[in-house]
Amino acid sequence: MSAVAEKTLTSRILSGIESKLPSLYGDGHARREAVTYLQEKGIPSKKWEDYKYINPEGLFRIGEFMSNAPVIREVTELDVERMTVIPGAMKLVIVNGVFNPSLSKLDRLPAGITVKSIDDAVLSDAVAKTHFGKQAITTSDPFIAWNTALNIGGVFVHIAANTQCEVPIHILHIAGNEAASTWHPRNLIVADRDSKAEVLESFETIGPVKTLTNVVTEVVAGMNAHLDHYRLQVEGEAGHQVNTTHVLTHKGSNYTTHTYSLSGAWVRNNLHIGFADQHTETYLYGLYVLDKARVVDNHSVVDHSLPNCISNELYKGVMSGKSTAVFNGKIFVRRDAQKTNAYQTNRNILLSDDATINTKPQLEIYADDVKCSHGTSTGRLDEDALFYLRARGIGQTAARKLLVRAFVEEVVDKVPNEAVKVYVENRLDDLFA
Amino acid sequence: MISIKNLHASVDGKEILRGLNLEVKAGEVHAIMGPNGSGKSTLASVLAGREDYEVTEGEVSFGGKDLLDMSAEDRAREGLFLAFQYPIEIPGVSNINFLKTAINEIREYKGLGPIDPKEFLALVKEKQKLVELDGKLANRSVNEGFSGGEKKRNEIFQMAMLAPKLAILDETDSGLDIDALRIVANGVNLLRNEGRAFIVVTHYQRLLDYIVPDYVHVLYNGRIVKSGPKELALELEEKGYDWIKAEANVEA
Repeated sequence: MSAVAEKTLTSRILSGIESKLPSLYGDGHARREAVTYLQEKGIPSKKWEDYKYINPEGLFRIGEFMSNAPVIREVTELDVERMTVIPGAMKLVIVNGVFNPSLSKLDRLPAGITVKSIDDAVLSDAVAKTHFGKQAITTSDPFIAWNTALNIGGVFVHIAANTQCEVPIHILHIAGNEAASTWHPRNLIVADRDSKAEVLESFETIGPVKTLTNVVTEVVAGMNAHLDHYRLQVEGEAGHQVNTTHVLTHKGSNYTTHTYSLSGAWVRNNLHIGFADQHTETYLYGLYVLDKARVVDNHSVVDHSLPNCISNELYKGVMSGKSTAVFNGKIFVRRDAQKTNAYQTNRNILLSDDATINTKPQLEIYADDVKCSHGTSTGRLDEDALFYLRARGIGQTAARKLLVRAFVEEVVDKVPNEAVKVYVENRLDDLFA
Repeated sequence: MISIKNLHASVDGKEILRGLNLEVKAGEVHAIMGPNGSGKSTLASVLAGREDYEVTEGEVSFGGKDLLDMSAEDRAREGLFLAFQYPIEIPGVSNINFLKTAINEIREYKGLGPIDPKEFLALVKEKQKLVELDGKLANRSVNEGFSGGEKKRNEIFQMAMLAPKLAILDETDSGLDIDALRIVANGVNLLRNEGRAFIVVTHYQRLLDYIVPDYVHVLYNGRIVKSGPKELALELEEKGYDWIKAEANVEA
């Protein structure tokens, strides 16, 4: 793209953003700050180190059509039912970036659980006010800035102190419109001290029209909180997603995230783990399975700023067709973060000659009394194993499927929720059929 | 059962088998012996359908069908079984799932529906006793973390589960201590019957103390240069392979 064309696109998009700036909530300062940041930095391009493998301008182009056109059709209870992952879970439904209480059915919230639309919560809820915008810093990334400028909805979930939430909380994102559209949902999940909960986010689309969901989620794991956070990215063939999740962990907390990128045209995940205290445990598990010309780009940062914390990251990928995957996992161990245990593993299987993986583990250690490791591997299916299976009468297709399933099992095994596991396994069966 | 005629095979352009002939009938046990590099393991691999080997000449008929025309999986489905010299570890695939998949793929080939789960479990229970295989091993990943002896016992266990017409044991005795050898041989002997044939490939005679063959063949330079009754194995043990090499080189 030439400099002039780039400038034109940038100014066009920015004036689009400014002209559609929603009525402000809060003091409006954040929105103005976001627009200023985008004006100064411009739309990210492949020249940006963090976006070098993908085409971020293309995504902002989808955003050009931030139409106010009506949704392709009314999302119905049947849709919501069809998108069930965990039977009996609390469902919080977000349609085109806006929390929809009537589809959500909030009449049976367990004690200790508060659910509010985010725009309402930042005005009326003290907990939301305390944490909103504190992790995902507007001026740290263009997609966060874009979201901050334009978000009009999303959901705030508060798990009160000492609440052992037996019912999983399912935040269901549904996107779909008549014209190509971008949505900017914003979520805040606060698990207070000594609480325990399972939060599942799933991302679905309706219809064949291009959508971009530019979602920003902030998570706070309070003291001794135990939080399992699932993210199932199962959008349709025209679904695009930039998923920014910033997590802050407190003393004694145990936060685990399971990220499954199983469909959709294009997925970018920016996952950031920050530390408010010592003695936390964080586990990051990810699986991406790609075919056709799909793109999945996983960026993660685990920023060990304090001593005595544990983090373990395991991501696996299976690529076929002409798909492209990126894994960039950064672990920082800052100078004061002694006695850190930080591990990272990324393993990939390429099933076709035209599939690509760019994997870049980054470990930067500034403390001297730590245990850290990282490893990455990329290969094809083991030919000897394949022959061994075939020599027992198992056909090529079934043998390959067995080996791929075995490869991903290590990640799927980490899912403690049986319903989520079954859902993922069924999806994988379809993908490898 | 199997009829091998003038078999030539090469790997990476190097000819290993140079006109091998062998006829094995149902119920028979044939031992193939020979010095290192004579082509014993190549024969086993070629028969099982490993694609690294190129058959350049000859024919192999298995149960009246052209074996060389079949994929590795179809050979297994037709009843050929290779007990690997070096069984492969497959992390993440349980032994049980692996065997169930194999049995069902073979059944599908024969036009049968999947095996009844109860029937399958009963079969597992029965057959793992044959080789004194711990039930826990059956639930573990295929060969992962198994000792050398456990791997070989697992091969025989798989053989018992798949009930082949022809079993080829490729150096099954290698790396086994005497106790493990006895267990493995005992398992094989229990599986001997008049409908099933065995080709036992081995470098040493000691396995043949336990699995007593009907015929012994000596492979040298890619050809069978001498055949005889089981006593031939003892003679080889005593005299080594040099006299065979000398004889063969004179004839050549």
